[in-house]
Formats: sequence, C-alpha cells, structure tokens
Amino acid sequence: MRADTVARAAATPGEPQPYAELGLTPAEYEKIRGVLGRRPTSAELALYSVMWSEHCSYKSSKVHLRHLAAKAPPSAALLAGIGHNAGVVDIGQGYAVTFKIESHNHPSYVEPYQGAATGVGGIVRDILAMGARPVAVMDALRFGPASAPDTGRVLPGVVGGISFYGNCLGLPNIGGELDFDPCYAGNPLVNALCVGVMRHGDLRVAAASGPGNAVILFGSTTGPDGVGGASVLASSAFGGSAGGSAAGEAAAKRPSVQVGDPFLEKLLVECCLELYAAGLVVGIQDLGAAGVACATTELAAAGTGGMRVRLDEVPLRDASLGPPEILMSESQERMMAVVEPSRVGAFLDVCAKWEVRAAVIGEVTGTGRLVMTWHGETVVDVPPGSAADGPVYDRPASRGLDQDALAGDDPAALPRPASGEALRAALLSLIASPGLADKSWVTDQYDRYVRGDTVLAMPEDGGLIRVDEVTGLGIALATDGNGRYCRLDPYLGTQLVLSEAYRNVAVTGARPLAVTNCLNFGSPEDPAVMWQFAEAVRGLADGCAALGVPVTGGNVSFYNQTRGTAVHPTPVVGVLGVHDDVRLRVGIGFGGPGSASGAAGASIVLLGDTEAEFGGSAWAHVIHGHLGGRPPAPRLDAERRLAGLLAAAAAGGLLSAAHDLSDGGLAVALAESCLRGGAGCQVALPGDPFTWLFSESAARAVVAVRPGAEDAFGELLAAGDVPGQAIGTVGGDSLVVAGCFSVPLGELAAAHRATLPALFG
Amino acid sequence: MRIGVITFPGSLDDRDAARAVRLAGAEPVALWHADRDLRGVDAVILPGGFSYGDYLRCGAIARFAPVMSELVPAAGSGLPVLGICNGFQILCEAHLLPGALTRNAGLRFVTRDVRLRVESAATAWTRAYSPGALITVPLKSGEGAYVADPGTLAGLEAGGQVVLRYAGGNPNGSAAGIAGVCNAEGNVVGVMPHPEHAVGELTGPSADGLGFLASVTGAVLA
Repeated sequence: MRADTVARAAATPGEPQPYAELGLTPAEYEKIRGVLGRRPTSAELALYSVMWSEHCSYKSSKVHLRHLAAKAPPSAALLAGIGHNAGVVDIGQGYAVTFKIESHNHPSYVEPYQGAATGVGGIVRDILAMGARPVAVMDALRFGPASAPDTGRVLPGVVGGISFYGNCLGLPNIGGELDFDPCYAGNPLVNALCVGVMRHGDLRVAAASGPGNAVILFGSTTGPDGVGGASVLASSAFGGSAGGSAAGEAAAKRPSVQVGDPFLEKLLVECCLELYAAGLVVGIQDLGAAGVACATTELAAAGTGGMRVRLDEVPLRDASLGPPEILMSESQERMMAVVEPSRVGAFLDVCAKWEVRAAVIGEVTGTGRLVMTWHGETVVDVPPGSAADGPVYDRPASRGLDQDALAGDDPAALPRPASGEALRAALLSLIASPGLADKSWVTDQYDRYVRGDTVLAMPEDGGLIRVDEVTGLGIALATDGNGRYCRLDPYLGTQLVLSEAYRNVAVTGARPLAVTNCLNFGSPEDPAVMWQFAEAVRGLADGCAALGVPVTGGNVSFYNQTRGTAVHPTPVVGVLGVHDDVRLRVGIGFGGPGSASGAAGASIVLLGDTEAEFGGSAWAHVIHGHLGGRPPAPRLDAERRLAGLLAAAAAGGLLSAAHDLSDGGLAVALAESCLRGGAGCQVALPGDPFTWLFSESAARAVVAVRPGAEDAFGELLAAGDVPGQAIGTVGGDSLVVAGCFSVPLGELAAAHRATLPALFG
Repeated sequence: MRIGVITFPGSLDDRDAARAVRLAGAEPVALWHADRDLRGVDAVILPGGFSYGDYLRCGAIARFAPVMSELVPAAGSGLPVLGICNGFQILCEAHLLPGALTRNAGLRFVTRDVRLRVESAATAWTRAYSPGALITVPLKSGEGAYVADPGTLAGLEAGGQVVLRYAGGNPNGSAAGIAGVCNAEGNVVGVMPHPEHAVGELTGPSADGLGFLASVTGAVLA
C-alpha cells in the first residue's frame, strides 16, 4: 500500500476523506485544510482527529476551566499547576507531591476488566511523567443499581481489573468511593487517582527542547489496540441518542479498548526513575489517549517547536499498521523521552537493564514544524501548536427546565420515622444499602500494604501515606462525589463535594493543600448539561477560593449518557493534604488503631451545627427513593475552621477518633465508628432525634476525645470558633441512642457486611 | 548480620523486606536477579510481588534467573532462605520446597489481616516464636492456595514441616490450612502471608512479623 504523502495530498485536493467517521465536523475539517493550505494526508487527518477530540482538546470545557486558574487562591505550595500532566505541590522538607484523577468511564463499560485496568495504568504514567515515583492509587466508582444484572457484569470486572493492574504494579490502593444509582446504568463512572512523591529538584517537563536531541519511544510495542479509542469512546459516537441496544453498541466498540500489561508498567516505572536519577532525560511525556500523535505534538509544541519523526522506526507488534494507525494507537505502557545525543547510549543501557524496549524514532529540530516520514516519504508536515491547541467552543448553556420542579419537590413532605423503633430500622436500612454498606468485598481485592507506608486506608475517611520514615511527614488523600446533590444544584453540590473531600483529609489530622478533579457529565451539546458543567466549575472555583486550596489539574469526561439520558452531573473531587507527623494520625474507629489506651470512656463530641437538611440525602434516597429539594447549604468558612481545629487537636494528641459526617448523617457516622473500632457508644441527642441522626448539614464531624484531654479540647473549640456539643461516650458493645433505640454491634455488623457479598458472591 | 533481598523484574515488596531487615537490626543487601552473586550474605529473602508478571505460572520464570543458580546450592548447604508470597511460589517452582500455590478458592485476590498459628518453631526463620504462638500478619495474594499430593502433605505433617497454619478460618482454600512450610532441614521457609508488613502498628496490624527476622539473626549469631 502506497502511503498518502504530503506531495500526494497537495496533488489530489479533491480526494474525499473520512473526517466525519473520525469525529471531526465539516467546519473542523475545513479549519485543518486552512491551517495546512491543502488537504491533510491520511496520517495528518488521523493526528488532528485525535488531538481535536473532546477527550484530548477539552474544546467544550476550556472556556469554563479557565475560571479554575483565574480564581485559584494564591498558594506558595504550588510548583506546577494546571496545564501540566499533573499538578505539583510542595509539602515541605524538600519533598513535592503530584497527583491527578482521570476517568476511564467508557472503556470500563465496554470491557470492564481491561477498561478499568488501563485506567490505572494511564494515570500512573501521568504521575511518572512529572518525575515522581507513584506511591498510591485510589478509585472512585459509580455503577447502576446494585441489583441490576448488568451491574453484576460491570462491577466485578472493574474491580477485578483495578485489582489485577494495581496489585501487579505494586501500588497500594488506599481509598476511593463506591456508589450506585440508576443514572449510571449503561455508563458507569470509573475514575482513577494516582499520587507520586519526588524531591523538589526532580520535577520533569514535557517539552522537546534542544535541536539535535533524540526522540526515543520506549516501553511496549505499538499495536492496533485502541485505535480511535479516545476520540471514539469519549465522543458523541458512543452511547449517544442513536438507536440500538447498549449491548449492541458495546459489542461493536469492543476492539477499541486497550489491553494492559502491568508487569511492563512496573518495569517502565523503575526504568524511568533510574533514567531521571542519572540525569539522562531532557523532556518526558507519557503516551495515553492518542498515543504517538499526542506525545509528539505536545512535546514539540511545548519545546523548541520542531520535531522530525520516522514512523517506520516505531517498534510494532502488528506489521500491517500504517502511519495513521501508528499515530492513533493507544497501546499501553509507552513513554517518549527527549535525550541529548551524547546520552543516548547510556539511556538505552538503562532500558536494557530493565528489559524495556527502546527505539530512537526522531530528533528535535528548530524548524517549527512537526515532520513525520514513512520509509523516506513525508506523510506529516504540520505546525505542532495547531494540533496541540485545538478548537475552542463556547457551547450554549441553559438551566434545565426540570430544575425548578426538582427544587420544589421538598423532602419535608416525606413521612419520617416517629418512634425509636422506626429510627432504628432506618439506621439499619441505611447502613445495609449498597452505597453505604461495608465495602470489603471490593477493597479486600486491592493490596493496601505494598510499599509499607500505608498508615490509613479504606474504610477510613482519607488515605494516609508516610513520606519520610524519620520525620513522619506524610500525605493524606480523599476523593468525593455526590451526583444527587449536584443534580439538585450543580453549583452548591460541587461545593459540598469539595467540602467533604477537604473534611475527609482534615479528620486524619492533615492540612488540606490542593485539589484535583474529574468532571463526569453528559453531552456538552445539550445546553442543560453544559449549564450543569458551567455551574459545577464555577462552584468548584469559588469553593477552592473560599477554602484556600488551589486546583492543580484534572480531567473532563463528557458524553456520559445512555440513549440520550445523561448521568447525574458528577464532579469527583480529590483533595491532598499534608500530615506533619503520621504517628499522630486519627482514625475513624472508636477504640480503634491509635486509640488503644483509654478508648472506653472517651467522650464523643459533635462538631458543627445541625439543621434539618434532607435534600439529596441518603435517607431520602434509600428509604423513599426520593431526589428533590435543595441540597444542604455549603459552609465553607466553617469547614476551614473545622479543619484547623482537627489539625490542632490531632497534633496535640487529644483525639482517639474523628469521623466526618456526610451521607446518612450522624447515625451512619456513629455506626461506622463503632464497627471500625469494635467499641460501642452511648449518646443523647439535644433535639429532634430524626434531624440529629439523619440530617446531612455540612461542616460537621464527630470526634472521640481522649479521657483527660477534654479541657484542652474545649479550649481549642473556643479558640477555633467551632461549635461543639458533648453527646455521649465510647464504650459497651451496642450503639445506644438514649430514649430512642439500642443496636448490638453484632446486629449492626451483620446488616453492614452482608449486602455486597450477597449481591456479588 | 547481612541479609540479602533479591529483586526480580516485578518484585514489589523488596523495599519492604529490606525495611524489616533494618528494623530487626540487620543490614539489608540488595541482590539483583541477573547477577550470579549472593555477595556473601548470611541469609536471603525472596520478596513478594509478581516476578515476570506471573506470566506462565507464578514463580515459573523467576526460578531460571541467574541468581537462582547460586541460591539453590547455597540453600542446600544450609543458607537460611525465606520466600514470602511470590518468593514462596518461586521456592516451590525451584523445588527447594514441596508443593505449589494455586488460585485462591474464591478466585479473587484477598487482602486480609490473618491470624496464624506458628506450628513449628524449629526453623531458621521461626525459632524466636513459641510453638503454637498466635500471630497476626497481612495476607495479600491471588494465588495463595497451598496444594500438595496426599503423600507429601502427610510427610510435611509428620516431619514438622508445616510452619504456619491459618488459625482464624482458611482464607484461600489452602490444603490443611497451611500458610507456610519448610524443607526437611528447616533452613528454607516459604510463607504466603507477609511478615515484613507486620513490623509495627503504624503501617500494619501488629509487630508480630519481626520474629521471622529475630529468628534468623539469632540463628546465625548463635
């Protein structure tokens, strides 16, 4: 087959091209012709189609995401912000941390096991490309109804894939989320987070600088896997309003999903870190969506501006691939490096030591053009910036017509449990509901121990990783999302989500420092979805400004819909905190780890103000299948004060437990703390038991104060301007709410732990 | 006291084994799979992980690594060798230990803090424990079900070669609840749970795992 060369393209301007099949609009195709002054070659068309896909170009989200950077609070801790592979944050003592969360929703529905596995692999390479050693992962997962037959296919596959890849790669999985809602049937959300640690001086850049420097592709060979993956799966072509069954669409797309090799990724991680340490790398870029096309254009666009690439030098696992397929391939476990000519030999030696294949495929040039040849003939000749920057759309956005009706459907009208017996039954129903039930069925499939630095992991509120064995410096991480809150009000909902992740980090005793996000939405071509998106981003930007934590990077996933019905707007927010001494960490368990001495008798204090706020609550959802009203009011200033108090109390060693109040309110929090630590509690509520037990007011936590530390804690409360109410004590073997009900821990545990095994085996 | 920790491609808990060695007051020595050199160490740990991606069969490729050509005769001469998880699988594949490890009964990877009974305190790696001692150590494996033919199992039981047994329920379908075995001489031990992850309550369920290292430290010093 003769290649479609630049010369041939110039000579055959009228040749019809499959731009529509590749996801480009007629206007975008004309724009490419304008940039090039001729029709693109088939390789150039492939390159532009993937680079200008929604997934790679952020063409519909860019105008909104600008607010995140514009409104970001000033932070001395930020070493690299939005726009890099991942943000980098200074945590002190010469250490820097980089973290990011990314979606792999569509591949995980088509092929749950490999889709989720390669999601882990992709985010790990993002972190690796910043110069950091990846040290932990987390996963935020959302599925359709737990009892739906298709959830029985998708969930075990996704969990198995994460387990397979993450465990084999040797990264502890320290937390995340698992939730269920009918809106995710046919479109699960699989968001993977990775965090890495480096020394300050180790920060790497994705830029091809220095004409004459070699461009090296290393890692896996290139095959046909995922050709068109990112652009097709994460585009209107998948799950759109077109007819056909979801299963049928899935079958048709199956070949697009990549297959992961975590063993090779492990070798790639060690190989890269050794290359960095030896100073052999000028620029580095991971290959993710859009593979070689994306890596070459982004490296060239960010560097001196030019690059020459010999596509026939790319090591292939399928000899039939031509330039377009090589450019679009999403074969996993590949990286691209820019290396000084004198260092190429040493570079290849390190690769050989780790048995990682490497090939010099080109050079950096000063021409300002990205030129690619195929057996000597030029098949690509483009200005790289035109491909890397892509189009920008300010799409129409308008508040959905059903928002008023939703807001008006107040949960105050729902029947409430009136007796102690009814309150008890509500608690047991909530903790047994799939979204709130014990997650061990999932988390026991993940290795949380490897690397030996995991101090807290699920079911704790936040994961906590030790960074320095001598000083005890560590990092805490939490992710949170809540589609119900965000469906009711995306602006407030996103702030609540941010608040909860922030609070989850704070209860461990860490100080929240920075934010990453994965924005899961429906079609940007639907004005109501675009409104949700704009509101969510605005809420996040304002929330981060109020909390004083900058967004350092993130990911947007659009087209999360099934046959025209979008998922709830589901921004998932990850918050990173720094813990000055992980030996002083605080867990959620009453009488649990870290509280061995004097656990019983610790007084339980409820922090924050409780009001009757049930819109989007777990109680309304689980007991009544209801979604309506207004979500709880975010209390950003109170969150900030609460976080400051929790950090001070942890540093003073005053607490034996701390647990954030969120889904299911105080009732669920108390149950979880009892079960985690294996100790009961007796509490007395100051007002209407239903409100106190099940309201989801923000900026609240429940803590167990060590006996003898009550006065010191009281002083902190007063100084920190945080409302606190002593409501009871830790002890016994039942959860007792005075005057209402008592539940033996055994009964609580049975209800909490039976659900997922019964559903998934 | 110098204790070698072998890194194969895909070893994951090598750093953690080295940390445990250090915490036990010994000096960890990194050994590389491709070197035919044990660097004069007094004992060797084969750490957990997925050597060679567990492709073909767990441990099946690693047993052919150059370093193994040194390790096998050294083990035969009495060098204390501990295989943890994937290391246990490699020792079985190398025929330094009897039996094999197969897929967990539930067919899923299992991470769990397990209760173990020390059945034999007569090995190089368990002599610091009292016979019958109960310890809590993390288990994390997908192919941790110990299997052997009935004759081998009977021989292990009779010869005191069952080193560890699951005491709080069998998490993976191992024959007779066996979590660890040793060779007839007691210098080569393989365990499926991870003692190197039970070195303190900050990062593990207990400090019970340090006894493995205390055992070998004492063994060589004695």
